[in-house]
Amino acid sequence: MGHDMPAQWALLAYLAAAVLFILALRGLSSPATSRTGNRFGMAGMTIAVVTTLLAHMPVLADGSTDWLTLGKVGAAIALGAGIGIVVARRIAMTDMPQLVAAFHSLVGLAAVLVGWAAYLNPGAFGIVGADGHIHDVSRLELSLGIAIGAITFSGSVIAFLKLAGKMSGAAILLPGRHVINMGTLLAILGLVGWFTQDQSLWIIATITVLAFFIGFMLIIPIGGADMPVVVSMLNSYSGWAAAAMGFTLQNTAMIVTGALVGASGAILSYIMCRAMNRSFISVIAGGFGAEATVAGERVERPWKRGSAEDAAFLLEEASLVIIIPGYGMAVAQAQHVLREMGDLLKERGVTVKYAIHPVAGRMPGHMNVLLAEANVPYDEVFEIDDINADFAQADVAFVIGANDVVNPAAKTDKGSPIYGMPVFDVEKARTIMFIKRSMGGVGYAGVDNDVFYMDQTMMLLADAKKMVEDIVKTLRQ
Amino acid sequence: MDFVSVLSIFVLACFVGYYVVWSVTAALHTPLMAVTNAISSVIVVGALIAAGSFGLSSWLGLAAVTLASINIFGGFAVTARMLAMYRRKER
Repeated sequence: MGHDMPAQWALLAYLAAAVLFILALRGLSSPATSRTGNRFGMAGMTIAVVTTLLAHMPVLADGSTDWLTLGKVGAAIALGAGIGIVVARRIAMTDMPQLVAAFHSLVGLAAVLVGWAAYLNPGAFGIVGADGHIHDVSRLELSLGIAIGAITFSGSVIAFLKLAGKMSGAAILLPGRHVINMGTLLAILGLVGWFTQDQSLWIIATITVLAFFIGFMLIIPIGGADMPVVVSMLNSYSGWAAAAMGFTLQNTAMIVTGALVGASGAILSYIMCRAMNRSFISVIAGGFGAEATVAGERVERPWKRGSAEDAAFLLEEASLVIIIPGYGMAVAQAQHVLREMGDLLKERGVTVKYAIHPVAGRMPGHMNVLLAEANVPYDEVFEIDDINADFAQADVAFVIGANDVVNPAAKTDKGSPIYGMPVFDVEKARTIMFIKRSMGGVGYAGVDNDVFYMDQTMMLLADAKKMVEDIVKTLRQ
Repeated sequence: MDFVSVLSIFVLACFVGYYVVWSVTAALHTPLMAVTNAISSVIVVGALIAAGSFGLSSWLGLAAVTLASINIFGGFAVTARMLAMYRRKER
């Protein structure tokens, strides 16, 4: 095992891996370049792994290659590869948020394990000073890496359980949680400071336990509509954990990648918060799902009900139809039949566009993946800023499984919990078709929607999939 | 490398990350998360070094190699699967 700094060629190889990772993200600027980008990422990872194996080739006491250890490493990689590939092939696209949360937890746990390995065997990592102790700065990096990794792990496990429906998705509020959390956080920071002076086992062990605890405490009170922010935030943490370990190992590939992933998660969190007009602090403080169930009293107002036949007739006659899908569409598994409806309309010369709100799915960009899976071409799918001006020319705004994102109260009613959230201007369309199970249910935010009662609105009360199937049937006649 | 050099690389990489990620189209935010997941498993570098050492830390390293490998293979594979679904209109 080499104890000294890696050779020059290895440092250059890690740099090449880092550049390839940057290019992997850069490729995602357009679907056309994204597949090449993903291959850059794979190439970067291959370079990083092969370089490490060559530069840190395990050797026996007599200097010969330690084939047993290499075999164990190979078996570990093969085991991980097998599990990873099977899961990646089998996972349903609707389940992507919980898969990503599960993956985040693995990065977090791996960071904790690597941090502990480095603490127990600092010589192998080249972080021992002349006095036989771990360098002060390495202790700082190591303990922070373990702490962030542990938070990422336990937080992601909770997020996974919530998203997979194995635990109540609602916000669970513990009394005095802010005091407990602040106290724990300060204790961790204090212990990290202490650890730089005293490398005792109990300090790093306490840091690990407290960090596992606070990761759990931080995610427990967050629920419902805020989950996309949580997933993005944990994405960011997993990056910072990798970066902290990169500092310990002074490894460029790890530091650069950690920074990229950290920035990515932070930006996605920001985009999600902005799309809900919520501050990051209020999301972290949690409890949104709990407050939102307290809805104001609803006044009975007249509304119009339509049938699949009425809808099919108006859709056929339209020249521009804008479809606004929400998560309810994915729950009903209506995306495939929806695309079929779009195809039939296009055959009749109707222009069909899809309008996607940033919070339309359970994670950033989730709805785009679900539509892509249903073979909706990505150039028919638009973001809110690019399509809002088109509603004035639209003959039909077709709302399916969405609610809050078309609520005009977000623009006009200062008292509304969703005030300030960017919404689609569906009320400018000539006709609004609103597929909903019943008039009773309300959106995530628990507020009534004026769109239901507008003159040009046709309420299509049914299961989303059933209704679109009936419309398709009528269109085929 | 001294601490300041390492910190310099980190700070500059944060800026690169900031500008590169803002250039990612919103339609690909889910694949972005999947691929960042895969690349953050570059922590496998540390895991491999630990696995090549001895005693308990070697076993911790092997466990970390397994976890990181799940993420690397799973992350890139699921990203590739998603990206293959994005199609343009046939004209």
